[in-house]
Amino acid sequence: MTDCNDAMHELHTYLDHEMSDTDSELVRTHLAGCKDCAEAFEFHSQLRVTIRRKCRNDELPPGLIARIERCFNEDFDGDGRIG
Amino acid sequence: MEYAPQLYSAALRMTRNAADAEDLLQDTYLRGYRGFGGFEEGTNLRAWLFRILTNTFINTYRAKQRRPQETDLGEVEELTLYRGMRGRDRAAESAEDELFELFTDDEVKAALESLPENFRMPVLLADVEEFSYKEIADILDIPLGTVMSRLHRGRKAMQRALLDYVTEQGLIERDPAGAHEGGRQ
Repeated sequence: MTDCNDAMHELHTYLDHEMSDTDSELVRTHLAGCKDCAEAFEFHSQLRVTIRRKCRNDELPPGLIARIERCFNEDFDGDGRIG
Repeated sequence: MEYAPQLYSAALRMTRNAADAEDLLQDTYLRGYRGFGGFEEGTNLRAWLFRILTNTFINTYRAKQRRPQETDLGEVEELTLYRGMRGRDRAAESAEDELFELFTDDEVKAALESLPENFRMPVLLADVEEFSYKEIADILDIPLGTVMSRLHRGRKAMQRALLDYVTEQGLIERDPAGAHEGGRQ
């Protein structure tokens, strides 16, 4: 059986999708009946989304891709050396 | 080069400056291009590129990093941010997504970048790039158990840093119960 301590202990493993289906189901069953734990899980799930969105939105500097592609072309004979 | 934007963002989080991140991305693609013969069809191209990015950073750019290579973190309690933010003014209670708009992009980036490298890399690969524990272990070439323990501690420290931002800005009240003690280094 999953109590609050068990559920909170598995918080990150659950959010990371690193639990077996059976164990995930036990956590879900607990969350369905426990408002406090459900709130904590939702908070951390939203936090994860926030971190992902805000740490992955840097704009590529203009010209960087072109610069890299030029290097590929210079390695025309594919010997791993430029030119 | 469909993965270039996410590789560049990750390079920025690793090097913490734009000039090195550009060079790191270029070196990563060149190494990938030259080593493409070693890429096994059917394996994960994105994970393979992140592995090259990580190795290139560790072997080439880490030596240039000005900040000292801290390797440890202070102890941080569980659920620090959750407890801290839940205690904020209930009258201003907002939906969860609005709650996280309290943080600017730069603050979240700074919180991640404040982590020592050995904790920052697993958190970056898990929370931002959503790689599995197994993939992170392969990319960083460390045991699975080490991935899990560094993730656990790195996440706690990042939450501590985020809580410090909102507390310093007066967006939430300092916890009078002393839940903050022992967190700061």
